[in-house]
Amino acid sequence: MEKRVRFKGYLLPICLVMPQIVITAVFFFYPAGQAIWQSLFIPDPFGFSAQFVGLGNFEFLLSDPFYRASFITTAIFSILVTAVSMGVALFLAVLADRLIKGSGTYRTLLIWPYAVAPAVAGVLWLFMFNTRVGVVTWYLGVLGYDWNHVLNPGEAMGLVVLASSWGRISYNFLFFLAGLQAIPRSVIEAAAIDGAHFWTRFRTIVFPLLSPTTFFLLVVNVVYAFFETFGVVHTITAGGPQQATTILVYKVYSDGFVGQDLGSSAAQSVILLIIVSVLTVIQFRYIERRVHY
Amino acid sequence: MKLGASIAALVCTLATAGSAAAQTQIEFWHAFTGRLGELVAEQVETFNESQDDYLVNASHKGNYSETLNAGIAAVRADEQPHILMVFEVGTATMMAAEGAIKPVYELMAEAGADFDPDAFIGSVKGYYTTTEGEMLSMPFNSSTPVLWVNRDALQEAGIDPDTDMTTWQKVGDVLDELKAAGHECPLTTAWQSWVHLENMSAYHDVPFATKENGFAGLDTELAFNGPVQVQHIQAMGDWAEDGKFIYTGRRNEGGANFRAGECALFTESSAGYAGIEAEAEFEFDVRPLPYWEGVEGAPQNTIIGGASLWVLAGHEPEEYEGVAAFLNFLSSPEIQAKWHQDTGYLPITTAAGELTREQGYYEANPGTDIAVKQMTANEPTENSKGLRLGSFDQIRGIVDEELEAVWSGDKTAQAALDSAVERGNRLLRRFEQANR
Repeated sequence: MEKRVRFKGYLLPICLVMPQIVITAVFFFYPAGQAIWQSLFIPDPFGFSAQFVGLGNFEFLLSDPFYRASFITTAIFSILVTAVSMGVALFLAVLADRLIKGSGTYRTLLIWPYAVAPAVAGVLWLFMFNTRVGVVTWYLGVLGYDWNHVLNPGEAMGLVVLASSWGRISYNFLFFLAGLQAIPRSVIEAAAIDGAHFWTRFRTIVFPLLSPTTFFLLVVNVVYAFFETFGVVHTITAGGPQQATTILVYKVYSDGFVGQDLGSSAAQSVILLIIVSVLTVIQFRYIERRVHY
Repeated sequence: MKLGASIAALVCTLATAGSAAAQTQIEFWHAFTGRLGELVAEQVETFNESQDDYLVNASHKGNYSETLNAGIAAVRADEQPHILMVFEVGTATMMAAEGAIKPVYELMAEAGADFDPDAFIGSVKGYYTTTEGEMLSMPFNSSTPVLWVNRDALQEAGIDPDTDMTTWQKVGDVLDELKAAGHECPLTTAWQSWVHLENMSAYHDVPFATKENGFAGLDTELAFNGPVQVQHIQAMGDWAEDGKFIYTGRRNEGGANFRAGECALFTESSAGYAGIEAEAEFEFDVRPLPYWEGVEGAPQNTIIGGASLWVLAGHEPEEYEGVAAFLNFLSSPEIQAKWHQDTGYLPITTAAGELTREQGYYEANPGTDIAVKQMTANEPTENSKGLRLGSFDQIRGIVDEELEAVWSGDKTAQAALDSAVERGNRLLRRFEQANR
């Protein structure tokens, strides 16, 4: 029998949820509404005049093959960032979970990168992979590999994925570790007594029990890859070479804040918003079914 | 945010009220850091000390793009500074914003200031002047691309360091010899679009865009896919393939390679002088930008890069008098000559150039006048007085992308430039629509 607690009256519950509603309204609904409104106009940079163009901005964007190509670039980038940051985090969390001594230090060190802003992370990785003075570039050179992300599209993509995933690994690690520690020892011990090896235990017990955490992280990381990675791209490649790392959110930034084309930038934000909404709905409808709470 | 700013402004006003009550405050936003930032601060300081009526407050607002953004946001919030530094690429954006700016010629006339636009070097003045001859913004820091040479590298490769490199044909021969001698970076460049397309076009007197490179109207179209530009970019592409031209990035990344002595030849702004002078541990010299022999009209003159100062609308007449006085001070021969010698930027007035010569600077520092000569060699034509294109920052981005396709061997020069023209024209049409 489920226990329900009900507040008497409406005042207190409304007061309690108000802060969250106000924050969402001010920082999400208002700007999102503005973006949708602006996407219907071509304004001049100074805001003296704006011409109503209806869906003209969307037509302008979608008729551009280079813009359409950046959907594929974004898909590749987001899948890689999500896979790398979650995969590595899970691996490290499983290791940390088994640690007996020094786990505090280990955890603290792993969480550190999360405190580094994306743009700063971009600069750090750029230094290591700098084609002229980068440490990693130098060692790769010793091994006979000529690293040049300035001209090689694949290497450029690899570098921005690495830099974007790095800080994210910490965040994912925290959640995975908490999830792992919430799994009852008794279940695992029972399986061990039955003769299940580590890998079998992980596959049949730990991973399914971890699925709520994994699902949550999947949603959050996809949103991160779509919206918050422009700082890394901006500092490392500025979208190049050619258009190899021009992801959608970077184009929103560069068209709006470098090119002063606010109409197109707003239309691109709306397109991004739609994509992420659709992805989230899909995730909740189809993937969540496989999640065991 | 706005409240915070207001409180800060109030506190500042109260704090300075005692000392500066009689002085008119003038806000000046610029984009310089490091040595250049110090030099600007010094100029402002000198001006403030030279008179008691006005007090100029200089603030750094980030790089060129960020400064322009800050200015635009300030205009929207009706809190604009009096003077805003805008890089040459933002010129068309500022010109189109008629309600936001106060043209310099108008400012000077209203303030009754002694102002002669003809005192400026033609190709500097032309960039910021309308086709009717009205100067809209005040030239400030202007430079032009030149060829930097590592003399030691040539010597090591068995090449006479004084060898003639006035034409690209001759540069090609030198690159062959450097490559044959096993040199790993015969040539690199900074600002590829500015040097190898924009200046390349002006220098060979061919259009970069129709309608006098955009000076004569917003309905301009890009035209840099002509035979002269294609030939040049193809030659560069071939050199890239053979390892004779090393691409280092879209901005001035190549400067680090050259200053460390890794690259033999380097096409970069004349304003690279300060850095190269300070860091290079080899003998270097400056040559004029090479041209293709056989192209009619070449060498014409090169065009400028850098920034100018825009006066923004919406302030009081007595403040504009102060702005006029400050701008006149900045372009005075003494200030300009010092700026030119400290930075490698061009002396923007003829008088400043002459003063520098009289002071014996060019004799003591050979090659520092090459850029000036190259800029002033000929009276600018329709193709060589500058560029005035909307969304130019983005167009440069497109050019960068397409050139990278040539350097990596993915596209021919013709295909890349055709594509860049087509993509850029879409942006020009959009800019035209936004500013109708």
